[in-house]
Amino acid sequence: MADTASHAHGAPGQGETRRDFLLYATTAVGAVGTAIALWPFIHSMNPAADVLALSSTEVDLSPIAEGQSITVTWRGKPVFIRHRTAREIEEARAADASGLPDPQKDEDRVQKAEWLVLVGVCTHLGCIPLGQKTSEPKGDYNGWFCPCHGSHYDTSGRIRKGPAPANLVVPEYTFLDDNRVRIG
Amino acid sequence: MSGHTFQNKAIRWIDERMPIFTVMQHSAIDYPTPKNLNYWWNFGSLALFVLVIMLMTGIFLAMSYTPHVDYAFTSVERIMRDVNYGWLLRYLHMNGASMFFIVVYIHIFRGLYYGSYKAPRELLWWLGIVILLVMMATAFMGYVLPWGQMSFWGATVITNLFSAIPLVGEDIVTWLWGGFSVDNPTLNRFFALHYLLPFVLVAVVFLHLWALHTTKSGNPLGIDVKGPQDTIPFHPYYTIKDLFGVGVFLLFYLFFVFYAPNFFGEPDNYIPANPLVTPPHIVPEWYFLPFYAILRAVPDKLGGVVLMFGSILILFALPWLDRSRVRSARFRPIYKQVFWLFLIDCIVLGYIGAKPPEGAFITIGRIATAYYFAHFLIVMPLLGRLEKPRPVPQSISAPVLKPAAATAQMEKV
Repeated sequence: MADTASHAHGAPGQGETRRDFLLYATTAVGAVGTAIALWPFIHSMNPAADVLALSSTEVDLSPIAEGQSITVTWRGKPVFIRHRTAREIEEARAADASGLPDPQKDEDRVQKAEWLVLVGVCTHLGCIPLGQKTSEPKGDYNGWFCPCHGSHYDTSGRIRKGPAPANLVVPEYTFLDDNRVRIG
Repeated sequence: MSGHTFQNKAIRWIDERMPIFTVMQHSAIDYPTPKNLNYWWNFGSLALFVLVIMLMTGIFLAMSYTPHVDYAFTSVERIMRDVNYGWLLRYLHMNGASMFFIVVYIHIFRGLYYGSYKAPRELLWWLGIVILLVMMATAFMGYVLPWGQMSFWGATVITNLFSAIPLVGEDIVTWLWGGFSVDNPTLNRFFALHYLLPFVLVAVVFLHLWALHTTKSGNPLGIDVKGPQDTIPFHPYYTIKDLFGVGVFLLFYLFFVFYAPNFFGEPDNYIPANPLVTPPHIVPEWYFLPFYAILRAVPDKLGGVVLMFGSILILFALPWLDRSRVRSARFRPIYKQVFWLFLIDCIVLGYIGAKPPEGAFITIGRIATAYYFAHFLIVMPLLGRLEKPRPVPQSISAPVLKPAAATAQMEKV
């Protein structure tokens, strides 16, 4: 039976045969088919419809007094909302943005100067920085301090000192009216 | 193992340290396979294919499933509605269970027809029965997981089978439940075991294949391979034939997945489990129906359970109950007919299993049950003595290569 196989592969020096073509075509169709069949498996691990449906959070800002911060949950992560004092705003604006590790102006990080909205997750390795409560350390720049590896954030949530590579992320948000904001 | 020399240096490097490529070369490429296998020999590899699909879909389903009485049903509905392609994974898994049994039952009846259980393949046959038993346990526990009415009452009825055991029955059932009724602990452990058993299945399938590759595949003539002229290498001849079988099978399987996904299921299982109300007519999944019929045929609790388990366990003794030295039914004129009678008997049992236990159904169920056991305990041993088999060919090649000579030989035999 070995001869049958070698005959079918064509005499020596004859080059490609019909059998070779069929082999390549079958392999290609099989590979593409398998890849397509794998997609539903992979995609099933992406966020499901009910998870996507929870991708925005509405917050009432009226109870937050000047100088206070609250933490809300958005997509399972903490979001810091700080009602900044005039002094905090001034501190944030006074810093020379171009000299920072992740240069960004405070004006580009807020929609209304008194309301700072941040995803409260350290950009280093995902811990939650301290500084929301008055009793907690706020770091050298009066903003937030991450206890895991010592990153200091300023009153605009920008990284000033420590291993974190980037500023705290500003999520997408819109003011529905003066006292209500929708995050996401 | 005679080492194979590979061209590729990296492959050779690995193979010299662990001959995995040599083993693959021997068992999946060079493996000498009888050249006369018909399409009934496709179902073994097909069963392995279904097992892989069940493992894949099952692992991904488990990522979205919650084994808790309060969340199980809704988590399955969430899979159906919210999880990306969750409906596809679930329908593949659900129908895959039915496909697995269809393929395996055909594989078993192939073995019965062609005498695949006879020496030297008794151990291979036994491992196959173990696979069937593990499959049944896995399927049963999987059916409980959606926590619908049929799940709950199926679990209650099947676990109660063990209460028939004298003296310790009740204690065993309490132990199985982890409580005093089917409840959260039961669901939790069933999920754990439903996840575990398929891997046990993979291990037993490996042993099944090991035994197969030791005794080599049988063939429709039921005679031994006489030499290399009777075999062809597994690859490409049977790889391509198995692949073609997979293609045809997928058409059948996916027809149900896409066009009749609940064909094999019970509508009652879309009602959340209610421990206070039993559905008016409870039936197991179709693949358990013949055994369910045997269970109900006996008007005694313990007797029914013993016969039901006995109906599968008796298969272990088959290699010694069948005394005929001819393997293939092709050369056994009476067994050939008895085989079909037995197949019909199994289908009748399946039909009776789906019917309520009343009137004529009870009588028919009892006759069919009696015949089921008579087939193994009376018919098979008797046939071995009384039946005069037709002459078998000299070799697999003989009738093809030298028709005249072979016929002459056959007449002498």
